[in-house]
Amino acid sequence: MAIRKLFVANRGEIAVRIIRAAQAQGIRTVQAASEADTDMLACRMADEVVVIGPAPAAKSYLNIDAVIRAIKESGADAVHPGYGFLSENPRFVSAVEEAGIAFVGPDADTIAKMGDKAMARSAAIAAGVPVVPGSEGRIGDLDDARRQAARIGYPVMVKASAGGGGRGIRIVEDEAALEKMVPQAMSEARAAFGDDGLYMERYIERARHIEVQVLGDGHDVVHLFERECSLQRKRQKVWEEAPAAMLPEAVREALCASAVALARRVNYRNAGTLEYLYDGDTQEFFFIEMNTRIQVEHPVTEAITGVDLVQAQLMIAGGERLWFGQNDLERRGHAIEVRINAENPDKMFMPSPGQVTAFAAPQGVNARFDTLLFEGCRVAPFYDSLVGKLIVWAPDRDAAIAALQAALGDLKVEGIHTTASLHQALAADAEVRRGDFHTAWLEGWMAEGRMQAAGGQAKA
Amino acid sequence: MALYQVLSPLPGIFYRRPSPEQDPFKAEGDRVAAGDTVGLVEAMKSFFPAEADQAGKLLRFLVEDGDAVDAEQALAEIEI
Repeated sequence: MAIRKLFVANRGEIAVRIIRAAQAQGIRTVQAASEADTDMLACRMADEVVVIGPAPAAKSYLNIDAVIRAIKESGADAVHPGYGFLSENPRFVSAVEEAGIAFVGPDADTIAKMGDKAMARSAAIAAGVPVVPGSEGRIGDLDDARRQAARIGYPVMVKASAGGGGRGIRIVEDEAALEKMVPQAMSEARAAFGDDGLYMERYIERARHIEVQVLGDGHDVVHLFERECSLQRKRQKVWEEAPAAMLPEAVREALCASAVALARRVNYRNAGTLEYLYDGDTQEFFFIEMNTRIQVEHPVTEAITGVDLVQAQLMIAGGERLWFGQNDLERRGHAIEVRINAENPDKMFMPSPGQVTAFAAPQGVNARFDTLLFEGCRVAPFYDSLVGKLIVWAPDRDAAIAALQAALGDLKVEGIHTTASLHQALAADAEVRRGDFHTAWLEGWMAEGRMQAAGGQAKA
Repeated sequence: MALYQVLSPLPGIFYRRPSPEQDPFKAEGDRVAAGDTVGLVEAMKSFFPAEADQAGKLLRFLVEDGDAVDAEQALAEIEI
């Protein structure tokens, strides 16, 4: 049953993006807004606006009861959750399902299953998809640790089972180091977490983050190739590309086929992304997790495939079967997205909310700017700092970087600080231009003060 | 008796606890030392401490835990 009225349970640039896709299909829109967001761009574009609560997200966009009530009262027949907030919350999705309203995404069971790292890993193994080699359960004692590390292959990363957020992690290069470290790590874990359990997995130095976009209709699944998202700061992606230019063609095919195999195994419906670590030295890839929602960086895939992913999401949620097969999909050229955040790169990326006094988006045939900005808008301090995404396309990667530099030069945002200058510096950097980076590269680059050095050159 | 106010370092959301499961940094009536954190302000998913400039006694909080605050808004009153 095609969607007639769509409730947008998100804010910012993705709400704008969703409304555009709905309008293209003649679907009416209801925009949810916190009290701080009633004048945001998405509210100006939507057919209706409903205030769901006070400014803090916990009291509005994350308040399941308030959002569900607003959905029911709006008369909408479908809900798009965007990314973040409640987009991967099984309890929210169950409540939407129970109300007889279509959720633009997979069902609650799939979200719960793929959102659980251990369950997603088991599903991957069952589908024959490589996962990061790791210990089976906890490490029993030093003998067990030696055996498991030999099977996994050095260097290994030893983690406290009860740890998290990077705490209690050690890199071990060889067996001699392992013998010294395991007893010590156990007693430290006991002291820190009250639990001496350890587990280990292969440590991939210079890993790249590569992910595969899939679309499923609950029966069939296709992939829309991969994205390279290794340039990250504090585990947040800042610059994404499609395709992953350094990937050998045979590896690309195996990678994308593995993503389809896993998505098929769970009868995946709607848009999803399978994230992998890629070891360029051995050309091995390892599944790490699946995101069961549209992603921030989806436009680079749209740019190289010509598929409007958000419109595809709406059609699938409206009951359509996939209207193209794998062989109908081709990739063309190269696309880069950079995230424009309201932060000051010269002051340790301090948040920079406030009023935008002047704004101009880059123009051009192959430049796209997805944004929440307009001249005079107020960027609220309560939410994510992402205010725009600049996406460029060109026939090849070198030309795409040149197009990015030109488009960044055309972007004008005054009144707040943005990370545009970081991207100018990155685009001018020799290693970035060669595509020679990994997930820890950007933080090292900044620690060495190379942002300022490259920024100076970019301006000269 | 002199009073001064702890001001918010930037606009955002004020929290009295380091995380939802933990105890508040300070209770009304507590002694504070110069540089003590009395609360956190969350802006764009980052957290910034609101600190006491001078030692004294925290008389009262002027905003509720979880409230939206402006830059330079008074968060707590301290008696020197």
